[in-house]
Amino acid sequence: MRRESHLLPAEATYRHTIPAGDYWIDSLKKHQVLRIVDVEGNQSADTLFFNAEDIADRYSAVDTIREQGNVYLSCGSRLLSTAGNVLAEIIADTVGRHDTLGGACAAESNTVRYALEKRTMHSCRDSYLLAVQKHDHLGIAKRDLTHNINFFMNVPVTQDGGLKFADGLSGPGKYVEMRAAIDIIVLISNCPQLNNPCNAYNPTPLEVLIWNADVR
Amino acid sequence: MNARTSSHDILIEGGKHWSLTMRAGMQLRLIDTEGGANVGMLLYNPQNALERYNAPDTLKCQHTFKLTRGHCLYSDMGRIFCSITDDSAGWHDTVCGNSTQQLVEQRWGARRYQEYRNEWNQNGQDAFLVEAGKFGLGRRDLAANVNWFSKVAAAEDGTLSFDPSQSRAGQFVELRFEMDTLALMHTCPHPLNLAPEYPRRPVLMRIARAQPATDEDFCRNSCPENVRGFANTEFYRVCADLGGEAR
Repeated sequence: MRRESHLLPAEATYRHTIPAGDYWIDSLKKHQVLRIVDVEGNQSADTLFFNAEDIADRYSAVDTIREQGNVYLSCGSRLLSTAGNVLAEIIADTVGRHDTLGGACAAESNTVRYALEKRTMHSCRDSYLLAVQKHDHLGIAKRDLTHNINFFMNVPVTQDGGLKFADGLSGPGKYVEMRAAIDIIVLISNCPQLNNPCNAYNPTPLEVLIWNADVR
Repeated sequence: MNARTSSHDILIEGGKHWSLTMRAGMQLRLIDTEGGANVGMLLYNPQNALERYNAPDTLKCQHTFKLTRGHCLYSDMGRIFCSITDDSAGWHDTVCGNSTQQLVEQRWGARRYQEYRNEWNQNGQDAFLVEAGKFGLGRRDLAANVNWFSKVAAAEDGTLSFDPSQSRAGQFVELRFEMDTLALMHTCPHPLNLAPEYPRRPVLMRIARAQPATDEDFCRNSCPENVRGFANTEFYRVCADLGGEAR
């Protein structure tokens, strides 16, 4: 479901551009609002969430889609953790549908999906690994990197059990916004994928904005 | 188990858990002996448990939402733990996760061990934690699991529906292991099963030696991605056989 936000970028307390192929890792306090903007359109924001108090309690795609009874994420989706806690809720969305089935690209899965020679190309998982290695004080490591959300990606499921990677529903300036339900850590890889037509073979920047808890 | 010809059977009662280390070249047939069973399964590389079953890679590499004959179960390292060489059920779920203590209590009541002994209502998440702990694995190592014999379809708008008519007595699924694999399993109910009583359904595991995967193998050739997945896995096995290990 699409819903525009009334929050003003001028009132955001934080703005940051994530270039394609780069990562962003930061914490959100309870009730802070995070907006992710698909600046030029058809980009994928591969996103993970962790309970700041307990890293093992992390975003769980399977619990989230099972409990909401739907495979797609949009406005009203509550992002659940492995322990069943609400980490954040999507409160605005100008795209209408986001994927959480397809996971992140990795050097190794690229060899399977595209060609064995793609092994050394940059990937989301490499960005994730570099992010958690450089921020190892957070206590996040490879074993904590699981099944993420692909904001702005369109991955339709067919009724006979197929999976398609369709042209994006997103476009320049479209965004998704979520309010943290508890203190969380957010890890985003701005997907560097060059082998998939879903971003027209042209990865582009994302922008993140944060508003404080007292903004309603 | 006779090394050459025979098979070895293990019956797991309903609502219980188990673990097995399967070697490359072995076959595991799961049989839903009474109908209505669910088998939760997680897979790891016993030499490096950071390499584990990856449901998203498995789905996107094969452009599928369900698992059935011809599909392979991928690790996050681009390798194949096992191939589904035979399947009479036709649809297995890997996107709905596990039952939890809270879910089981809400749906079927809290049957504690104190009152019910081994007929208590075990849940999938606790079952996995117990088996994982035997190998030094914990909460951080659990990931999206397979639910064998459970069908969950998605409508055009994405609405999920569990199909209880899917599983009937005698149905089976057969896995051929392409690399050494630690398998954690439970027979707890699927988390979307709304049966009025806790479905306590046993599963028979039949372990045997597999026929080797030929160049014409159905799973290897079911999509171009699997040809490359087999190449990655065979390279890994060759390196292991030579005494090294490909990372």
